[in-house]
Amino acid sequence: MVAIDQKLRWKHLYNVLTRSGPFSDEDWVPGPETISTLESSKILVIGAGGLGCEILKNLALSGFKDIHVIDMDTIDISNLNRQFLFRQSDIGKPKAEVAAAFVEKRVKGVKITPYVGKIQDKDEDYYMQFKIVVCGLDSIEARRWINSTLVGMVDFENPESLKPIIDGGTEGFKGQARVILPTLSSCIECQLDMHAPRPAVPLCTIATIPRQPQHCIEWAHQIAWQEQRKDDTFDSDDLEHIGWIYNAALERARQFQIPGVTFQMTQGVVKNIIPAIASTNAVIAAATTSEALKIATSCNPYLENYMMYAGEEGVYTYTFEAEKKPDCPVCGNLARAMTVDPNMTLEAFIEALGERPEAQLKKPSMRTEEKTLYQRFPPQLEEQTRPNLKLKLSDLIADGQEIAVSDPAYTIDFRYRLDFS
Amino acid sequence: MLKIWSMKQQQQQAENAEGAAGKKKKKVTAAQLRVQRDLQELTLGSTMKMTFPNPDDILNFVLVISPDEGMYKGGHFHFSFSVNQNFPHDPPKVKCTQKIYHPNIDLEGNVCLNILREDWKPVLNLNAVIVGLQFLFLEPNASDPLNKDAAEDLRGNREGFKRNVRGAMQGGMVRGVKFDDVLR
Repeated sequence: MVAIDQKLRWKHLYNVLTRSGPFSDEDWVPGPETISTLESSKILVIGAGGLGCEILKNLALSGFKDIHVIDMDTIDISNLNRQFLFRQSDIGKPKAEVAAAFVEKRVKGVKITPYVGKIQDKDEDYYMQFKIVVCGLDSIEARRWINSTLVGMVDFENPESLKPIIDGGTEGFKGQARVILPTLSSCIECQLDMHAPRPAVPLCTIATIPRQPQHCIEWAHQIAWQEQRKDDTFDSDDLEHIGWIYNAALERARQFQIPGVTFQMTQGVVKNIIPAIASTNAVIAAATTSEALKIATSCNPYLENYMMYAGEEGVYTYTFEAEKKPDCPVCGNLARAMTVDPNMTLEAFIEALGERPEAQLKKPSMRTEEKTLYQRFPPQLEEQTRPNLKLKLSDLIADGQEIAVSDPAYTIDFRYRLDFS
Repeated sequence: MLKIWSMKQQQQQAENAEGAAGKKKKKVTAAQLRVQRDLQELTLGSTMKMTFPNPDDILNFVLVISPDEGMYKGGHFHFSFSVNQNFPHDPPKVKCTQKIYHPNIDLEGNVCLNILREDWKPVLNLNAVIVGLQFLFLEPNASDPLNKDAAEDLRGNREGFKRNVRGAMQGGMVRGVKFDDVLR
């Protein structure tokens, strides 16, 4: 009985996965193996908010059975209009846990493992267990972090270390979905120039002649708080703090006769909340999850590689292939291995770099993640790092450590992994 | 999925496994790399000095501007620079660590310089910020004030403003506010 139910439940999905179509790859073998590949594919969803709720639901309904989800946030009343896995009684609870429990209960047979916390809490071993990473994030910073982590994880000897990233993003009626194959295709860092930063209001406008209610809130947030509550670290989730900002902004707005400061607007300005529209999230989440299904099963070609969606006037989408940036600081110059004598001094090493035919670095500055090895300019830093020149490499770096080298003669930087001989 | 892995293998063969990666160590971040490059490309001249409280941390440093002309000649103005990991997408955070009398710098040390906020672009570099700061001391600007009193003085009575600047730089009082001595 149960078995028949199962078959019926997934009938349409199985139709797609058990026969090839005009677009499916020649080498693809449809059938039960593909289905079991899909069901055993461990997939990570980053973010359980507006996009995340949709993504989790879609993945579960597309046949993924082993889903993990990370989110550091708790549920706020303002989420309930579109984050449909949450109820009023869930307010204050962690999004990841509530979302996971809801979908598990609703879609039988799916296992969702939540983690409440930051993506930065987890290390490479954690990310290594997944086949695909789907992002429903609201910050560029988090995207850059996961991007550089997954690019850095690619190991040439282990093809499974390459984790496709499917990144969704929305703002009002606009959205985007993109597929990134770390080190193979254009990464988030390559495409960073495409994001226009949020327009900021000049500080002097905020300080002297506010014209809009938002300016009064910015004043309270950026100037009044600093003057009057210097010792408190501002926390945008602390209601007392937001309330204080709200009252300060209200008072300033009264002085300048600017109407319109509300508590909600204060929260929006201070927390940098972007307008979220449920259907935009649904469109973008649908795009990302169907890419996940295609990549996991190979049943159809996947997106190459960027789909933009503009819904402000009618519906418009455009798909193009974003190019890899040769000088991308994350995926453009992967570390080259170089074997060095650990007893060599840094000075001798720098000289040797100048003689290497492919480098010919005459005036390099260089560092590791934690140490400035040698910085040629400004003079104060040169003086401080000059003593390093006489030290042995083994005193400065560990075997297998990466160094980054800049030279004014080149517009790009170089990374080397130094292996001790 | 299999297809993607074989693509990687092909790429690797093409590059002759040049970039083989072994055990992972922390990588130099994009922000660090960019600051390393920016520092190397600075043109400081004799009016500017940088100090690094921790030479291994190039994302946090102090810039001292000592103008050799203009109304602020003779002063030594200290600015703290703090660059976050989102640089160059985010501008560096710059604050004046002394209490100074200047129309574009408030008493908390906030600086009104367009490229530190609304006009910042990732193509700009630290040199642009430093040049911009220096310019504020050569040409204080009364039309975009952060310190309204100082701006009013500059607009209404340039000579009086100059006297106020001299007084404030010596650690004197202007309009009831005591300023830091910046002449040493």
